[in-house]
Amino acid sequence: MKIVRSLLFVLAAAVAVLLAPAASAEPVQIDGAGATFPYPIYSKWFSEYNKIHPDIRINYQSIGSGGGIRQLSNQTVFFGATDGPMTAEQLQAAPGRVLHFPTVLGAVVPVYNLEGVDAELKFSGPVLAGIFLGKIAKWNDPALAKDNPGVTFPAGEITVVHRADGSGTSYIFCDYLSKVSPEWKTKVGVATSVNWPAGIGGKGNEGVAGLVKQAPGSIGYVELIYALQNKIAYGSVKSFDGEFVRASIDSVSAAAAAAAKQMPPDFRVSITNAPGPGVYPISSFTWLLLYEKPRDKQRSRMMVDFMSWAIHDGQKFAGELGYAPLPGAVVSLEEAALKKIKAE
Amino acid sequence: MSWNQTRRKAVSGLVVGFCAASVVLALIPLGFILTYVIRNGLPALSLGFFTQMPKPVGEPGGGMANAIAGTLILVGLAALVAVPIGIISGIYVSEYRRTRLASAVRFSADILNGVPSIVIGLFAYTAAVLPFRRFSALAGGLALGIMMIPIIVRTTEELLNLVPGALRDGALALGASRARAVFTVILPAALPGILTGVLVALARIAGETAPLLFTAFNNRFWSTRLDQPIASLTVQVYTYAISPYDDWHRQAWAGATVLIGAILLFSLLARATTRRLERMHRT
Amino acid sequence: MSARGPRGASSGGGRLFPLWTGLVAVLVPCLVAGIAATLWWESLLSIREFGLHFWRTSVWDPVAGEFGAFPFIWGTLYSSFLALLLSTPIALGIAIFLSDLSPHRLRQPLIFLTELLAAIPSIVYGLWGIFVLVPLVRSLESATPAWLRGMPFFAGPPLGVGLLAASLVLAVMMIPYTASVAREILKAVPSTQREGAYALGATRWEAIRMALFYGRTGIIGAIMLGLGRALGETMAVTMLIGNNPKASLSLFAPQYTMAAVIANEFTEAADELYLNALVEIGLVLFLITVLINALSRLLIWRVGSERRARAPRPVPATAT
Repeated sequence: MKIVRSLLFVLAAAVAVLLAPAASAEPVQIDGAGATFPYPIYSKWFSEYNKIHPDIRINYQSIGSGGGIRQLSNQTVFFGATDGPMTAEQLQAAPGRVLHFPTVLGAVVPVYNLEGVDAELKFSGPVLAGIFLGKIAKWNDPALAKDNPGVTFPAGEITVVHRADGSGTSYIFCDYLSKVSPEWKTKVGVATSVNWPAGIGGKGNEGVAGLVKQAPGSIGYVELIYALQNKIAYGSVKSFDGEFVRASIDSVSAAAAAAAKQMPPDFRVSITNAPGPGVYPISSFTWLLLYEKPRDKQRSRMMVDFMSWAIHDGQKFAGELGYAPLPGAVVSLEEAALKKIKAE
Repeated sequence: MSWNQTRRKAVSGLVVGFCAASVVLALIPLGFILTYVIRNGLPALSLGFFTQMPKPVGEPGGGMANAIAGTLILVGLAALVAVPIGIISGIYVSEYRRTRLASAVRFSADILNGVPSIVIGLFAYTAAVLPFRRFSALAGGLALGIMMIPIIVRTTEELLNLVPGALRDGALALGASRARAVFTVILPAALPGILTGVLVALARIAGETAPLLFTAFNNRFWSTRLDQPIASLTVQVYTYAISPYDDWHRQAWAGATVLIGAILLFSLLARATTRRLERMHRT
Repeated sequence: MSARGPRGASSGGGRLFPLWTGLVAVLVPCLVAGIAATLWWESLLSIREFGLHFWRTSVWDPVAGEFGAFPFIWGTLYSSFLALLLSTPIALGIAIFLSDLSPHRLRQPLIFLTELLAAIPSIVYGLWGIFVLVPLVRSLESATPAWLRGMPFFAGPPLGVGLLAASLVLAVMMIPYTASVAREILKAVPSTQREGAYALGATRWEAIRMALFYGRTGIIGAIMLGLGRALGETMAVTMLIGNNPKASLSLFAPQYTMAAVIANEFTEAADELYLNALVEIGLVLFLITVLINALSRLLIWRVGSERRARAPRPVPATAT
């Protein structure tokens, strides 16, 4: 039993070390959770901010927009992040008033894998809806040919790939489809998880990208950065004004600029299918969620300071990571909104 | 040789061949997977991987030091919870097998084994995270420990049952109390097999992601505190794997390689200890 | 030896021992009860809304608020039992080989290698599955002859992801669990039994068969361990099964399992009914696990009730 005794001793020592009171000047840790889409840029921001303020450690985990909202309401995290604004019910259910702060912009693009077709495909709203509804089932459908004169489509079946897991990306895509297709609006609707009429489900943006890349004749939707990094072909989408626009930093910012003029005070706005020249129609804000009257004043002050940094200095990191920065008008509005947080 | 004998011999030969083929068949996917993981993960393994914290995209380097420490702590916590409960419950079920409690325990262990890891995570979330309003390493350890229990209970019980009755009768005949007989004679006899059960259980939970997502959460920074979120190799690998960046993918594979390697090492160590125990027991 | 109460060789041996070990053991059913209670409590809304229809309906529409668990139940049972069918013979074959047939020098390394299969995290299985197994299955599916395609088991386009890919990966994941425990069981069969069988002129296989019979409850337990793994597996399955909530006989069709849908939608579900419906799926899975376990107990009982003799069944004495 000597082994048992020595093991117990080692165990006790380990427990003692782990539970020992921490050193005095310990950094403050702030936990947050939410959308996967902005994770890359948030991790860049928190890292940069930590370099400036080594005593503030912001720990963000991407568990999904809905997860972020839930954990925020349960108060297990200090801030949340979401690609789809909280609904009225969710706001009602939270223990305190929650404020939305847009951080960056992103785009959802239709990706496809079509052997023998090199040209960039053009998709109009109703056609996209038709494909994802399962109505347009073959690539050589006349509706597709109409938008893409000069392209010879193969006769194969379209394999639709959507998200299996609930996600803000799906929310944005469904939001757009609802606006351009009344049938989608009534039959499927807008949510992070819907009853997809057709296709197979991939797990995460990466899962969808992987499936599309592998299966010839498939079409899916992913955040722009995934299409770029995975080098998958993505098509342009018909904007509200009727032009076929390809997703890019500029076309996404254009979508936000249009919204900036009519920004509601709580920043909960959808910018899909926005009017204007050069606007990419499947764009969206992503928001950070904070309580208006938090109990932890110290952490709240730190987060407000971080947000001020993020909407100004942080924006310069957006482009290289595939996100569009906030338009100036929105930044000014946010500066005012941040003052609403009662952190004193 | 009669026809009957020839037939029996042939059947026997076929079965032996099948068994050998099974081993080969099982090793094929293993070989596939290992080569795949190592081929992708080795390029990203460096000293920095073991000593640095995760870095944001675009910055070269970065590692999973915090995740490695975190996994060790979580697995240690889980074992702390599961091994005593599992072995003692196994002892009870084996010693008092005809009681109603024993049947209940056996049945419960089988059910617990089939509960998906995410449901156990949900339970641990409700029991250990919500009341305290924080994610913590303790909650993660609890969730993993719950998953280990049924495997340990089952293997302990089965192996204690298979210890020859002569051993037990001998001990009791020499005047040992039941407790003493169990702890000094029967348990040591079954220990190597029980250890296998513990190892199987450890391997099972070391690779789990889902139950940790809402209990231990994850942590970008170095933390060994039990009452705070803690990083883990599986969650970190998962986060990187579903990202769009090649650099993070490479790190994910490196993380997977380290995880498998760690489980292996631990397995080897435990086997060596088992052999020493077996030898000690024989003398 | 101190005086510590009755030390009879028969049952008894002090009150303290069964008391404290029993107190620890009771934690296990308490845990299960706790989990059941949590599942029940967190899914009340959905239970009240859908009642027993939940088990039979096939619609899963989070937007319209209509939820039915049937496709998931189907997918879970279909994939798990197919995986069981594929993995059990191989796992038992491995267990027999490693406990009995293998040359001594190969034994430890082979044991080590088969346990390595258990060490691979499920997410690695999932990733490997996507990049290696799915293309393989897709080519397999494309190569199926037309006459086979006509049958409902092989209908549908060759997507690669689907029930077959998921079942294959589940089978691989189950093997080490069943094999390790079965191996230990077989190893623990007293050598007197084996020697007796050989003395009576048994062939290799006949002696093995006898050992399998001797340890049959343990072997069934080992198989159940593997099955438990399959029923609850989340990550690897959701990456390979196609995640389409439509029950289908076809091995090629993308389908969905209970554990997968919970994992996929739980973090995002934000309205109460939706969350409750997901937790109710967890409850359904839980109840199905209970059912399967109850049935297997019946099987064990039928196969030969209490073989749990302390003294091994005596082999006919080799009297002189």
